[in-house]
Amino acid sequence: MRRRSWPLLSVLAFGYAFLYVPILLLILYSFNESRLVTVWSGFSFKWYGELLHNRQLLDAAWLSVRIAALNATIAVVLGTLAANALVRHGRFRGRTGLELLLTAPLVMPDVIIGLSMLLLFVALQQTIGWPDGRGFSTITIAHITFSMAYVAVVVRSRLARMDSSLEEAAMDLGARPLTVYLRITLPLIAPALLSGWLLAFTLSLDDLVIASFVSGPGATTLPMVIYSSVRMGVSPQINALASLVVALVALAVVIAGVSLRRR
Amino acid sequence: MTRLSKRSKRLRPSGEHRLSRLINIGLPYLWLGLFFLLPFAIVLRISLAEPLLAQPPYTALWEWAEQGILQIRLNLGNFQLIREDDIYLAALLNSLWVALVGTLGCLLLGYPMAYAIATAPERRRILLLMLIILPFWTSFLIRVYAWIGILNANGLLNNFLLWLGVIDTPLKILHTQTAVYIGVIYSYLPFMILPLYANLTRLDPTLLEAAADLGCRPWRAFTRVTLPLSLPGIVAGSMLVFIPVVGEFVIPDLLGSPGSLMIGKLMWTEFFANKDWPLASALAIVLLAVLVVPFVLMQRLQQDDEDGRT
Repeated sequence: MRRRSWPLLSVLAFGYAFLYVPILLLILYSFNESRLVTVWSGFSFKWYGELLHNRQLLDAAWLSVRIAALNATIAVVLGTLAANALVRHGRFRGRTGLELLLTAPLVMPDVIIGLSMLLLFVALQQTIGWPDGRGFSTITIAHITFSMAYVAVVVRSRLARMDSSLEEAAMDLGARPLTVYLRITLPLIAPALLSGWLLAFTLSLDDLVIASFVSGPGATTLPMVIYSSVRMGVSPQINALASLVVALVALAVVIAGVSLRRR
Repeated sequence: MTRLSKRSKRLRPSGEHRLSRLINIGLPYLWLGLFFLLPFAIVLRISLAEPLLAQPPYTALWEWAEQGILQIRLNLGNFQLIREDDIYLAALLNSLWVALVGTLGCLLLGYPMAYAIATAPERRRILLLMLIILPFWTSFLIRVYAWIGILNANGLLNNFLLWLGVIDTPLKILHTQTAVYIGVIYSYLPFMILPLYANLTRLDPTLLEAAADLGCRPWRAFTRVTLPLSLPGIVAGSMLVFIPVVGEFVIPDLLGSPGSLMIGKLMWTEFFANKDWPLASALAIVLLAVLVVPFVLMQRLQQDDEDGRT
């Protein structure tokens, strides 16, 4: 075991403080009765109450959740197919092209993806009459396009590290490749599929820029509502919302941790 | 016998195998080609303001169509304008600068953190790593917003510093370049730490032991062995931070000063406020051209990594 050095540990502690203090402050001030960040005027749930009666925000959240769920589901399918191609099909023609197309969305600035998707939808509408108006479907398609690249990364590393002896045994016993894939491979990579799904869900739920470009009138997602209220300055309702999100994420992590430990 | 049958099954491209190839390779290709590659071609065309495509039934672009002569003059004019008007060059340079400072900041904070996590006892590593990833699961927008309350003139940081007696009057941090740097480092730190961690845990510890056996001091062993070997991780992390930050919109918009522009914000303004789609497209093309070099660098590195492993 290597010696632990104090400078290194203090940088580590500073790093974690840097990552977590802003989030903890948001949670703390979501219970502040005053509208001002500087004044602590007492403990209160009133911002949570207002949040629950904010029709616009709730509608937007519902739309975002629906988009995120559909996006995650299709992205997992497409991302897994792409991972299969890269791990299982060796050096096929166009492999480099596929790798490029799967890496680019990971780093491509949102403004470029958003603008280019919008121009595509406009051009498609002109030439084939679809999509007729923008909103739910155009945002979902745009989100799938970058989400599937993230899913492919997660599933690919899982597939590459997977022990193939079970698959080989099934093949030896005469199982058809599709049966092997459905009965053996998919259950084995299920954890990666789940984390890919959750990642895609979160990415979609979080996206402001791309959705703003490809959305139409009437389709306002949660980040758009947050953005327009945040531009006005600090808003305690957003603090309350952030705290709920953090609580939800923490809950999911605890559940995942417990179920992992059970195994 | 069983081995043989397996071999032959693998070698013979059965109909089922061909179908699987078609689906596994074809579907992702089709989707990405249609929704990722094709759009860039359209952006390029619109940045050159082709009259046919510049007439969708949207008021923003109808204005364009009504001034036909102007439109033709602007064909290459978008790029001409970007070249001649200083604001675009300034925005581009500022974006690259912010991305550079942000990347260096992430590296300076992220490298020691990744190193500390990678050398921690194995039991604790998972927890430490989870704590790095966790903020990523909460909303990016909300995390950037959290800094508004902290950096404000009457925000928490200023109050804290006043209380400590370090300063007499509140510092103006929000809506300055400093706030943008802080926001960038804060938001992109996990993207630096994760590839560095992956790289550092893969390092062969016997190399360091050998260096120590040969009388090498720990710090020297670090600079001569660990640091050079972790270079791929450094480049990968840096590119994961640098490339998206160049086009960042949310951070400069919420935390930055209205005066100092970044290219992503400028594109947003040209598109949403000025409704100038062709100019926004031209800016996108310029931004893409700038990002091609770091992207190719990253891709190369990944390819080497992949080839090295197999």
